[in-house]
Amino acid sequence: MSIILDHVSHVYEKDTEMAAWALKDICLTIPDGQFIGLIGHTGSGKSTLVQHLNGLLAPTDGHIYFNGQDIHEDGFDKKELRSKVGLVFQYPEHQLFEVDVFSDVCFGPRNLGLSRKETELRAFQALRQVGFPEEYFYQSPFDLSGGQKRRVAIAGVLAMKPDVLVLDEPTAGLDPKGRDEILDQIAALKQETGITVVLVSHSMEDIARYVDRIIVMNRGSVLFDDLPREVFGHVKELEQVGLAAPQVTYILRTLRAKGMAVQTDATTLEEAEREILRALGKPAWEGLC
Amino acid sequence: MGIIQADKLVFEYIRRDEEGNAEGITRAVDEVDLDVQQGEFVAILGHNGSGKSTLAKHINAILYPTEGTVLVDGRDTKEDAYIWEIRQKAGMVFQNPDNQIIGQIVEEDVGFGPENMGVPTKEIWERVEESLKAVGMYEFRKHSPNKLSGGQKQRVSIAGVIAMHPKCIVLDEPTAMLDPNGRKEVIRAVRALNQVENVTILLITHYMEEVIYADRVIVMDRGKAVMQGTPREIFSQVDKLKALRLDVPQVTMLAHALQKKGVPLPDGILSAEELAEALGYKRG
Repeated sequence: MSIILDHVSHVYEKDTEMAAWALKDICLTIPDGQFIGLIGHTGSGKSTLVQHLNGLLAPTDGHIYFNGQDIHEDGFDKKELRSKVGLVFQYPEHQLFEVDVFSDVCFGPRNLGLSRKETELRAFQALRQVGFPEEYFYQSPFDLSGGQKRRVAIAGVLAMKPDVLVLDEPTAGLDPKGRDEILDQIAALKQETGITVVLVSHSMEDIARYVDRIIVMNRGSVLFDDLPREVFGHVKELEQVGLAAPQVTYILRTLRAKGMAVQTDATTLEEAEREILRALGKPAWEGLC
Repeated sequence: MGIIQADKLVFEYIRRDEEGNAEGITRAVDEVDLDVQQGEFVAILGHNGSGKSTLAKHINAILYPTEGTVLVDGRDTKEDAYIWEIRQKAGMVFQNPDNQIIGQIVEEDVGFGPENMGVPTKEIWERVEESLKAVGMYEFRKHSPNKLSGGQKQRVSIAGVIAMHPKCIVLDEPTAMLDPNGRKEVIRAVRALNQVENVTILLITHYMEEVIYADRVIVMDRGKAVMQGTPREIFSQVDKLKALRLDVPQVTMLAHALQKKGVPLPDGILSAEELAEALGYKRG
């Protein structure tokens, strides 16, 4: 189960004066079970890219393969693809519509043509997976808090049992605790089921904390595609394209500039803490080059 | 007297079921007292549903108190006669820039507010120019807002508010939808307005790092103002903030974690420079 993008380009309004390149010659492989962070400034092509992953947009050039099959070839089952690659859009709670939470989550699997029993079983599991409290299952989704609404919307996609879960800024507008809860749950879900997760985010801290691979988009091209530590080593280049390194990386850089013998490649709080403790355990001048 | 004064402000709304029958009453703001001085930078923190946006909407008379009073520059927001004056004095910027921009080109959008106030044409242009310069968007004045980045759009929204010459700007999560660069641009513009133009700022945010520049932080929980103090005083209380579903800046969290491991550090460290100094590194 993998997604391969082979020289994919996308031009909006092709062959008109308004033509705008959104993706330029993208080659990517998304194998099973990875936790991928997708970052880039507003307008860098992230959203266009994720809409290609489940065939909502077709490339104007190049091919996309899902499990070895070209998804835009005649006869390819797009409906099946969309249940396998689940897309959670920004502010997904705006798409809730049913009278109660449980019915809303049932909507997807029911449309797959599953039996009522299977549909309800999946809805139940999905709501459990996102940590949604059972006592609110039959509440109107509109009476819930922002964080809970978002859980319901994510559960609606999980109930389709996707192999790949793509989340476009799932924590925008949530309070810090709500943000941590949702991301922790997604990480746990990934651990449990081995699902592939693609997380689009503007928070470098969240990206650093959860993912094992980062894809950086800039002007429709892939600028970096590497391990978090490697990508966040390119602080200058990231800043040039409107991004940044996680805050702890900057903190360590300041400490080093002030004369402390710390390595500056930590990207999470825990790594930074360990690095400072290590540096404190030794004479301050050792390790300085 | 302060520019914004709230006295035992209560806001209640009636919850209704699908048929419109009353189910109960929710108290979204619960006896909040607020006294903000002209030129102050106040940040409001609080988890989703804590009442901070409801409170903010009282300041430019989008909502009226159920009980208590809100005075903006001495005018009671309940008095209909003052509503336009109040909205001109206390401008508001919301989360989504796309919902706030109406003009076809940037300078037109910024001129919309003063035009509606009946400002003479010549002065409108002066105000548009100065407002766009204040947020660093003057060079984009002939652009279409649609082609701008999120941070740029949000700065145009702020310019649109400044053009009405407000004494106070309330910003409700203005950076929630922006990329790191956009966030930086907006916060820089807001701080400049506060420091250079002496505009009073009320900033609602979930990004703790944006709060460290504030003169005062107010923390809301269940409609009440439960904590109040300087950023340092507030962020010294890591565990209490976590219990309120909030966070502290990363550097504060890092210092707190080191403290727990026995590194002697003071509470409430707010910058990497402070951390370096507390660790004994003062070079540079």
